[in-house]
Amino acid sequence: MLNNILESIPQVAIDGLTLGTVYAVIALGYTMVYGILELINFAHGEIFMTGAFIGTAMLLLLTGFGWVSALPAIVLLITVLLLTALLTGLLGMGIERVAYRPLRNAPKLIPLITAIGISFLLQDLVRFIAELKKGNYIVTGPSLFTHQIKIHTSSISSIFNDASIKTSFIIVLVSAVIMMVVLDFFVNKTRWGMAMRAVAQDRDTASLMSVNVNKVISLTFFIGSALGGATGVLFAVQYGTIDPYIGFILGLKAFTAAVLGGIGNIRGAMLGGLLLGVMEMFASANLSLLTGGVFGAEYKDVFAFIVLIAVLIFKPEGLLGKPVAEKV
Amino acid sequence: MLALNNIETFYGGIQALKGITLNVEKGEIVTLIGSNGAGKSTALKSISGLVKAAKGSIIYKNEDITKKPPHDTALSGIAHVPEGRRIFPKLSVKENLLMGAFSVKDKREIDERMSKVFQYFPKIKERLDQKGGTMSGGEQQMLAIGRAMMMKPELLMLDEPSMGLAPIIVEQIFEIIKELNQAGITILLVEQNAYQALQIADRGYVIQTGSIKLEGLGKDLIKNNEVREAYLA
Repeated sequence: MLNNILESIPQVAIDGLTLGTVYAVIALGYTMVYGILELINFAHGEIFMTGAFIGTAMLLLLTGFGWVSALPAIVLLITVLLLTALLTGLLGMGIERVAYRPLRNAPKLIPLITAIGISFLLQDLVRFIAELKKGNYIVTGPSLFTHQIKIHTSSISSIFNDASIKTSFIIVLVSAVIMMVVLDFFVNKTRWGMAMRAVAQDRDTASLMSVNVNKVISLTFFIGSALGGATGVLFAVQYGTIDPYIGFILGLKAFTAAVLGGIGNIRGAMLGGLLLGVMEMFASANLSLLTGGVFGAEYKDVFAFIVLIAVLIFKPEGLLGKPVAEKV
Repeated sequence: MLALNNIETFYGGIQALKGITLNVEKGEIVTLIGSNGAGKSTALKSISGLVKAAKGSIIYKNEDITKKPPHDTALSGIAHVPEGRRIFPKLSVKENLLMGAFSVKDKREIDERMSKVFQYFPKIKERLDQKGGTMSGGEQQMLAIGRAMMMKPELLMLDEPSMGLAPIIVEQIFEIIKELNQAGITILLVEQNAYQALQIADRGYVIQTGSIKLEGLGKDLIKNNEVREAYLA
């Protein structure tokens, strides 16, 4: 049994890291908004989904023009990624402006319910438009980057099997890593990133330093949503078929990743996402083996949420989070 | 320079300021003394815009700033060092100072202001890379004042800078406030420590349950019987 597990490790690691980076980038959106507003923006999963649809629509449109064959696919993808990021960024900013800002001083539960309402709204809106245009809310995008690459991990050590990856895996991985590195740099090294951290720690005092707090909050939503939307495009390219409900479970898992790493903590979200992705893939590959066929790979989601529960019980502040001393 | 005319401020249904009128002239140290809950901090917050005055007007250098949001008030040259210092605990000391100069884009200007802060607070320089929250109370207060100096304010408002500090540190901080004033910064000082505040103040106001009860020169108030009984006993 151990041998079987070891054999699958290279493939699990590759799949897990790729899925993990997707979780990680979406988790960033949750964690950034939570860090600054203490709001769990449940609409964030739907922003990811909307990004997937916008990106697929653009790719389909461009394929219709025959541009996909004319331009190198990678150039096309980068253009679509940037455009989608811009659009979903603006969408996120708009949602904050219309739905959350008027409730800024309301009890915490109220914007949370609003966020859930916004998710339903986005789901139905996207479903409506998709059905109007395509006659079906389940949409399949053009297939890009389907080339398979074999990695001969067996040559490292004979206990490993070879792993295989689609080109799109590499694209997802590289784009997600670039997004995270750029964000980390922005938050830690730039003037506006510093303002963001200051607002997260003490909104009133930051405003006394001539920081326009509303602007910083808008910026936070823009960045989080742009990253989420771009990840949606990557997801659509990777898995081909999307529907308006993909944001729900993926959003929940990304949220789990954010909690796992310590919600409000940006590097924590990245770590949490990667860990959750790898654990989930490990479970999916080995659960039936480990439980003698009682639980199959379909229980991998249960596994992800067991992780969430365990974290909440044993380390509620998350892996990189610091316990908050409640002031009395 | 700064004039409050009949300011009334509410927190929900509770009236914290019941028509406050006071003025600060350029170059002065003016102190606002009173006990807990008298409305001292609310007065400063109304000026900087953290809370909105419901009635009355606040005029700063011939401009009505009553309705200005705090980030605009800060740009017009008023720095507010809030009660309890409120430094950013998870930012480094250097970042805390940089936050003070947030509106400044010229790097040389920022460096100049920072070296000025180091002149007054040499200790800060040794701790630039430390997280703000790891410093002692006195150091945090110095950082909070240093951070406000990074704004190069014309009017510096200090909310209870002596709170929770050892007498020797309080002494140092009041000394620096005096020096800053001699360097041309107008000071509006809110204090419970009436004795210390009145000693360095040109003029003072005594505030009680949201209204001004007394006003006068610092050296007169310190001898005033009512003040002595209520605040200096």
